[in-house]
Amino acid sequence: MQFWDPRIEEMPKADLQKMQYKLLKSLICRLYSFSPFYHDRMKAQKVHPDDIRELSDIRKLPFMFKKDLRDNYPNHIFTATREELVRYHVSSGTTGKPTVVGYTQKDIDMWSTSIARGLTAIGLGRGDVIQVSYGYGLFTGGLGLHYGAERIGATVLPTSVGNTERQVELMQDLEVTAIACTPSYLLHIGEVAEKIGIDIKKDTHLKAGILGAEPWTENMRKRMENWLGIKAYDIYGTSELSGPMFTECAEQNGFHIWSDIALVEVIDPKTGESLEPGEKGELTLTMLQKEALPMIRYRIGDISSVDEDVCPCGRTSPRINRIQGRVDDMLIIRGINVFPSQVEYTLMTIPEVGEHFQIVVERTGALDDMLVRVELTKESFSDKINDLMKIRQNVEHRLRNALNVAVDVELVEPGSLPRFEGKSKKVIDKRAI
Amino acid sequence: MDTKKYVIKQISIFSENRPGRLAAVAQALGEEKINILAFSIAEANGFGVIRALVDHPEKAYKKLSSLGYNVAFTDVIAVQMKDQPGGLYDIAKVLGDSGINIEYSYAYSGKKVAVLILRVDQVEDAIEKIQGAGATLLEHTVFH
Repeated sequence: MQFWDPRIEEMPKADLQKMQYKLLKSLICRLYSFSPFYHDRMKAQKVHPDDIRELSDIRKLPFMFKKDLRDNYPNHIFTATREELVRYHVSSGTTGKPTVVGYTQKDIDMWSTSIARGLTAIGLGRGDVIQVSYGYGLFTGGLGLHYGAERIGATVLPTSVGNTERQVELMQDLEVTAIACTPSYLLHIGEVAEKIGIDIKKDTHLKAGILGAEPWTENMRKRMENWLGIKAYDIYGTSELSGPMFTECAEQNGFHIWSDIALVEVIDPKTGESLEPGEKGELTLTMLQKEALPMIRYRIGDISSVDEDVCPCGRTSPRINRIQGRVDDMLIIRGINVFPSQVEYTLMTIPEVGEHFQIVVERTGALDDMLVRVELTKESFSDKINDLMKIRQNVEHRLRNALNVAVDVELVEPGSLPRFEGKSKKVIDKRAI
Repeated sequence: MDTKKYVIKQISIFSENRPGRLAAVAQALGEEKINILAFSIAEANGFGVIRALVDHPEKAYKKLSSLGYNVAFTDVIAVQMKDQPGGLYDIAKVLGDSGINIEYSYAYSGKKVAVLILRVDQVEDAIEKIQGAGATLLEHTVFH
């Protein structure tokens, strides 16, 4: 059994909680003194740093939501100076504005450390070749795994997403031992490999997949493991926390949430009340050591439960179980978060189409396809097919820019889309995973 | 030259490309006792445009609009063709030689002669060139 930070990973629970209390207390004191945002929030909640006397006093603190980042676009909520920031990442917001996150050098280090612990826990290290097939760029997946993999001394093959045949060839030629990507992209890689006559199980050295950014199931795990001859591990995170950062260990039974990095709570999404370990509710995380963008009691919107028992692997940090759903209508398309409200917002800026829409998500082969059906307005109807095609292409282009994911658009007759409140008919998700 | 009388009002209807859409349009026109004299369907991925010459275009426009359809009028011309080999060539050559582009076209075999319906980028020019070449254009009164 390998450990990256054995002192912290195996620390007795009571000591971990003492450490968490100290980190929380100093974080809250710092934010109350130096951040107008947190100061005002705490004042409004009538809570003072002096009220934080033990770890469970975290429940006195106000929640944070994705909306807080949007309302403070692009970086008004940051608590690091321009000189201290070393990186930005950007993810989709819920409306027109994206969500910008920032990092100091220490934030990048903690993020890399968190991934380094996870990769070590699944048996990776020096001599391993890790193919990072998450997107590189504004999305946190590529660079996050890249830095974590370099941290443990593995060799990184930064393939990013796309050009799948080449990815398979490189995987074979460079004797890749682990791949980090979305589970659906690994399925796609498997299909492409078969098509070009490469059996990943027999013809490559691949032994592990670090798969995340979208929901998957135990059935998919079994299928991929049998088919590709690998161990498939889930990884969890979101850009507001830093990026993908918490993996399963070799036990494959829940994400280890390193206690020195994050404090996890599960709350009832309706009442905001804290729930007991094992009870299912909304994950709420506090990042204890982040400098540029501290997140206090951040309501992630994912539904799961916490397991406080010491893991058979020996690690003492709490684990969160596989994500079981969302409290909102967020969709995950090819690993990218998509909110129907973003689609609505974008359509409202295009005069040729109405504001009603319907999203249809399907999985063709291994990959997600998203179709948006929109109504052509009377004024913009042209007898010429070319004009109509241009309108359609424009809507596709605009949606692609707003959502960061390719979208097919279908023009439909005015008045033909269902008109009622709620998400149930606005989104038709036909994926069976 | 009075070219106006040769300009024919075609109605164009936006339609999704799925079963039953043409039937719905045809039924609506039938209910209003509107006769379809010629028509075509242009299709693109997922949608189409139904184009028709009818005997009462205004009535058709009103009816279809009231049902929620996207409807538009488009000016087209109708040329009488010789119903024999080379008939289409004669007309197409005149337009091609004059630099007039055919945006789309469809034909029907009338009671006595074959007729070519043309949507061109320069309507008046096309009328003059076709007549100058000795071909016969049908007046809009033939249709409505």
